[in-house]
This record gives sequence, structure tokens and C-alpha cells, in this order.
Amino acid sequence: MSTPTLEKQDQAPEPADATAAHTITVTFRIRRFNPEVAAESYWEDFQLDIDPKERVLDGLHKIKWDHDGTLTFRRSCAHGICGSDAMRINGRNRLACKTLIKDINPEKPITVEAIKGLTVLKDLVVDMDPFFQAYRDVMPFLITTGNEPTRERLQTAEDRERFDDTTKCILCAACTSSCPVFWNDGQYFGPAAIVNAHRFIFDSRDEGGEQRLEILNDRDGVWRCRTTFNCTDACPRGIEVTKAIQEVKRALITRRF
Amino acid sequence: MKIHKYDTVIVGAGGAGMRAAIESTKRSRTAVLTKLYPTRSHTGAAQGGMAAALANVEEDNWEWHTFDTIKGGDYLVDQDAAEILAKEAIDSVLDLEKMGLPFNRTPDGTIDQRRFGGHSRNHGEAPVRRSCYASDRTGHMILQTLYQNCVKEGVEFYNEFYVLDLLMTEVDGVKRTAGVVAYELATGELHVFQAKAVVFASGGCGKFFKVTSNAHTLTGDGQAVAYRRGLPLEDMEFFQFHPTGIWRMGILLTEGARGEGGILRNKDGERFMEKYAPVMKDLASRDVVSRSIYTEIREGRGCGPEGDHVFLDLTHLPPEQLDAKLPDITEFARTYLGIEPYTDPIPIQPTAHYTMGGIPTNVEGEVLSDNDTVVPGLYAAGEVACVSVHGANRLGTNSLLDINVFGRRAGIAAAEYSATADFVELPEDPAGFVRDQVENLRDATGSERVTEVRRALQETMDKNVMVFRTEQTLKEAVEEIGSLRERFKNCSVQDKGKRFNTDLLEALELGNLLDLAEVMAISALARKESRGGHYREDYPNRDDVNFMRHTMAYREVGADGSESIRLDYKPVVQTRYQPMERKY
Ligand code: SF4
Ligand code: FES
Repeated sequence: MSTPTLEKQDQAPEPADATAAHTITVTFRIRRFNPEVAAESYWEDFQLDIDPKERVLDGLHKIKWDHDGTLTFRRSCAHGICGSDAMRINGRNRLACKTLIKDINPEKPITVEAIKGLTVLKDLVVDMDPFFQAYRDVMPFLITTGNEPTRERLQTAEDRERFDDTTKCILCAACTSSCPVFWNDGQYFGPAAIVNAHRFIFDSRDEGGEQRLEILNDRDGVWRCRTTFNCTDACPRGIEVTKAIQEVKRALITRRF
Repeated sequence: MKIHKYDTVIVGAGGAGMRAAIESTKRSRTAVLTKLYPTRSHTGAAQGGMAAALANVEEDNWEWHTFDTIKGGDYLVDQDAAEILAKEAIDSVLDLEKMGLPFNRTPDGTIDQRRFGGHSRNHGEAPVRRSCYASDRTGHMILQTLYQNCVKEGVEFYNEFYVLDLLMTEVDGVKRTAGVVAYELATGELHVFQAKAVVFASGGCGKFFKVTSNAHTLTGDGQAVAYRRGLPLEDMEFFQFHPTGIWRMGILLTEGARGEGGILRNKDGERFMEKYAPVMKDLASRDVVSRSIYTEIREGRGCGPEGDHVFLDLTHLPPEQLDAKLPDITEFARTYLGIEPYTDPIPIQPTAHYTMGGIPTNVEGEVLSDNDTVVPGLYAAGEVACVSVHGANRLGTNSLLDINVFGRRAGIAAAEYSATADFVELPEDPAGFVRDQVENLRDATGSERVTEVRRALQETMDKNVMVFRTEQTLKEAVEEIGSLRERFKNCSVQDKGKRFNTDLLEALELGNLLDLAEVMAISALARKESRGGHYREDYPNRDDVNFMRHTMAYREVGADGSESIRLDYKPVVQTRYQPMERKY
């Protein structure tokens, strides 16, 4: 199959049509909060004409740039790799830059609010410090003993595969802030920290597994997880978060990893 | 206003900044000031890999890598620097592996390597497997690994601190580094960081283009600050257009897709790169491939009803290979285009990608105030800097390399300097300039909107300063940018608050982009030749007699306060490679 494109092009839905601009009117219902102005949050509606193939982030930009410059949110890469813009969209945690308007029923108002369980600082911006603190607490770095080898440490492709999934994490907090246990008790490490502990515990080059397991054996550790799968559903990187947590629990019982 | 005192201050927490911080924190009291949380930086968007002649999978050596880098940069590369880059590449990759980076592995368990554009065996004979990679998220893994090691070393971060000014004080007739001024996004408060050494590692400025792979936040903040303080900017006319951005959106699809066997096709299904680069084909250097794509489009062989893109075809590759080697970019195609890359080709177009030029430095990362004078205590590394290892066109996988090699060098050099140097006195009212800048914008009542000025800037840059340039398009750009700079003075923001005022932040960023766009257009206008990423249709050939030299652009302020740009030139460092015609 060296020149497959021609016939395919004819049959495949023409991508040009797929992106040709046709706009629809959409209501964005955004939970606003600015303690400089008022102590309480409130909902505000914005009507936009927008191509449904655009991202929710594009909608937020349109509002900020063309209607209300005070609307505040974090974003950077705009394609799902920097982890800046996790928010609650129609009641579910997602990245605004990875959610297309057409995929979230634009006939009804699209609700957008800050992720839960972390202090809201302004509009969609939350205080990320507790989240990063939990991450730092699991010692998220390779721990080794003895002299460093001259060349690279060897690792088989199979050994690498064991933690491949959890290396994808972009620290967006979509999982942790969708977890009912975390909502009730901010002391719980939360799924993201456990995912990042998993990434090292199951790395064949690492020698800090026991230490990390002890940290996660704590009363605010993995045993708090009630396997509600919210985290797995929320993860924009498709990481099997619950499975990773289960693997850590099993490692705690068997002490094998 | 708060005043802080550190030996070393690093501005930016992408790959270069964090690599520098790991070294500098071990040796001196260091603070990292970053506009974004560290793991948000655009290093994380890099996909394909990091070049190093490890020779794990086939014969290779650093000398071949040096040659490819120089040829790729169309002989505008400083050859001594390229040699350092290629030599230190090997330890740089091994260091990252030891820090924990999960590289893909060969059957022997060593680091696997794959092909990438412009990287060849024995001076252009055939493509070579030199790129060390972690799936198609190598940049993400580098960013995570460096952050993890910053956590391990206890690096001190000031997150969401936006640096708006560089402080220098004249001592015995020499301008020395005194510190920086930063705006704290959460509170609107100004902070002065007095420091013996400052390292700029704040990234590129691609956001002045519309179709770009760059993040919203890549607004040339470091370059603009240095330039405003009278330091030159080198080779700003050289900007890289990556051949494969997602059509209209500009989202990067790695060259690794072609390294894995992906093929570019026009509307007739023809593999057109065979015409333009018979040996390297789809893996010719990026400037060559981007021009070829636009040539196809201009000659009516583009795809779609408007004939404005071509296809990246991965359909002949086994789905297992795509899943294992290119999972992220295939997902981008699914998410943003609704296309299944197993069965359908992906519409692409060149996308503004990388700033080859920047703040001039020597190979230790020390910033230069002219062709050879070092500014004591000032360093730069990564995309913000111009060493120059990329010359007129950077090779793929050499930027992840650059941030590691020169980030490390700058971090060590800065910390060693601050270990022996004394603090320089802060200038009087150190935050005064920034206070005025911020307050003026916040209080402004003008009728112009930041959005509109930025849109117009992006339009004119895409139209006039892209892959093909002429005297006429560049003059048009210069004129347009001039009037946009005037309009900017009349811009106001709607958010007048102190807390997380991103409205104000975007206005400040636009100010930076406008300054840098002007430098870029004027530098490009003066370079009457074609070389690497700078292609002049009215001067289609390289002119080594007149232009084998780096551009140095200075901001001049007249007695009446009027601003202008003065261009000067700096010789290219040549060691063992004579310029040859570039063929792929
Ligand atoms: S595991 Fe997924 S949802 Fe959780 S922080 Fe990482 S990327 Fe985000
Ligand atoms: S803006 Fe980077 S993940 Fe959405």
C-alpha cells in the first residue's frame, strides 16, 4: 500500500467539510468568583456564535477577548499536554482545550466551573499548592543506591511497559479534584500523587519502593480510596488511574513490585 | 513592593531553566521565577526526541552530528558551539536516563534511537538513527524528569511570577547584573530580586504568528526585557516553520512520524518530497520540507477544496507501531480533526515553531552586550538564547538537546560566578519602570483592544513574514507593526483588579511580541539572501560573500525619546567545515 490516499480521500468524510466554518449559538454558563469584588460566587451566562468543532477553551477565549476581559482561567499549550486548564465542564472534570463543543451537547447551556476540593482564587483559577505538595510528598524521583553506572541503566522493554501508563501524567488535577474522598478530606494524597508514586514504585531501576509504600500506607494514603473510578473517567491522558491505585494496594499487601 | 536576595535567579522553568536550576541549587542559593507552574512549560510539547550519537543501534559519532547541525543551520552555526553540543549530547542523554527518564529501549535494554530530519550517517550518506526518545512525548518526559529532580534537590520556585525587567548597575564603567523585577500574578504585587547572577531561560516568541505550534504563553518575555535594556538580539530573522502542524490549528505533529515511515503526499497522492530531496526525502531539514509543501500548494497540488494543505500519510504503518511509537499525535488527529490515522491521511500545513535567534551568548551561556563583551552576571539558555548552535535552521531533536547542554552550562557558570562575585547595588527605585508600565496599562482608558491589536499582528506576520518573504512583504510588515505599536499605546484593559489579572498580563505580553516582531521583520528586510529558515523570493540564493554573518539588532533611543533599531553584524565562528551547497 504505497499510494493509498487517492481512493480513500474520495470515500473518507472530506476533512475540509469537517472544519469548514459553520457556527452555532451556544450559551456558556460560568461560575464567577472574585473576592476583590464580592464574597460570593455567582453564575453568569454568555452567548457566543462559535464553530462547534472548536474547543471549550476557544469559547472561553472568545468571551475573555471579545466580551469580558475579567474572566480568568489558566491555560498554556491549548492541546492537552501542559495540564493548566482542568475545569468542571457540564459537571465533569475535563481539560477545556481537549473538549470540543460539539461533544458536550451545545443545545443546552454549557456549565463551566472551577475544579472542586481546592480553594478557588478567582473564577476558574484554584490554589494548586496543596495538590503539588501531595505530589512532592510521595518522593516523585528516581531513588538509587551505589555508584552510578558509566552508561545508561539497562531496562527491558517489558519492564518499562509496567509503568508506561503512569508516566503520561501531566499533573492537571482532574483526577484528584473529581474524587469524593478528596472533597471530604483534603489530607488524602489523592489519585494523582498515587499515580506518580506508582510511576516509580514499578520502575525496575528504582530502589525507593519500600519508602514510598510506607508513605502511602499512612492513614491518608491509598487505603482511603473507595474505587469509585471518578479519577479514571476524568483523566484526560487516558491513564488507568484506578488500576494504578489497585496495583499499589496489592504491592502493599504482597510487598512485591 | 518586596525585596528578595538570592545568589542566583533563574527566569523560566522549562527544560533549560530547570536543568540550570539543578546545577545552580547545588552550588548557590537559587530562586527560580516562573510565569507558569513549572510542569506547564512548552518543553512538554516536544515530541520526537533528543539527538545524541550514542550509536546504540547503528554506527554513529559526534562528528557526524556536528556536521549535520552545521549543514542543517545552513552554515550560520558557530562551529565551536555545534561541536560542544554534539559532544556533550551523549552525557546529556545519559544524565537524563540516570535521573530517571523512561526512554524507549532496544532489545538489549539500552536507549532506543530513531531517525529524524537532517540527521545522517557520514556527512549526508543516508538517514541515521540518532534520536533518543520516549514514545512521542520526549519533551513531556524531560520536563517531568527535570521537575522531579528539582523536587529532589529542593529547588526553590516562585510560581506565577512574571519577570518584567532586568536590573543592571554601572560599576567602574561596566554594566553589571543587579537583579530582576517580577510581577506576582496572584496578588499584583511587585517583587525585586536582587541577585549576583541571573539566568534567562524563558523560551521563545512564536505567538506573534497565527498558525503556530507555540503555547499562548510563548511571548518572548526574556528577549524583550533584555532588548529594552539595550542588549542586542541576534539572528531574529531566522524562525523555523515546522512542516507538519495540524491544518489551521498549528498543533505539532512530530517529525518522528516521518522518522517512523510517514510520508507527505499532495492531492494526487504523490510523494512529492522525492522531487525536492532525493536522498533524505521526507526527512530533509525542516526549512526544505516546509518550502516544498508551500511550493506544492502554490502550484495547485494542495489538498481540500481550497487546496491549502497536504497530507501526512501514516496509513501504511501497522496500527501497533502507531500505538507504541506515536500514541499522542494520533490521538491529536482523532480529538481535533475527528480523523482515524490508521485509515485516513492527516491534513497538515507548516506551523510557526521555533525561534533560532535570541539573546546572544557565548558557549558558557554568558550574555554578550555586543559582538564579544560579556555582561558580568548575566546568562541565557534555551530558546531565549542564541549561542548559535542552530544558525539559520535548527535540526529536529537539537532543541531538547540544546536546553540540556546549555541549560546545564549556564547553571554551572552562573552559580560559580555568584560564588565569588559580590552583590551589585540596586539602582534607585528599582521597581519604578515596571510600576509605571503596569499602572499605566491598568489605568489606561484608550479605546484600542489588546485582542484586536494582537490579531492584526498575527495576521500580518502570517501573511508577510512566513516561509516566503520578499522586500515588499517585509516592508508591509514593518509598516503595519509600526502602526500597531502606536495603537498599542492606546490600549486599555477591562480588568482593573490586582488579583490574577490575566487581562493585564496579556497586554504586557503583547507589548513584548510587538517589539520582537519589529526586530524580526527589520532584520529579515536587511538580509538580502536566502538561508535556512529565511527565504527571500527576491534573493533566492545564499550569499556567503555578504551575509555569512550574524545579525545583531540594538534598540536605540534618540534624544527626543524616539525609538529605532540599529543593525550590526557579527562574524560566524568557522572551524573545520567549509560552506557547501546544501542538498538533501
Ligand atoms: S493522572 Fe490523569 S487526571 Fe490525574 S493529574 Fe495525571 S493526567 Fe491529570
Ligand atoms: S492548555 Fe495545556 S492542557 Fe489545556
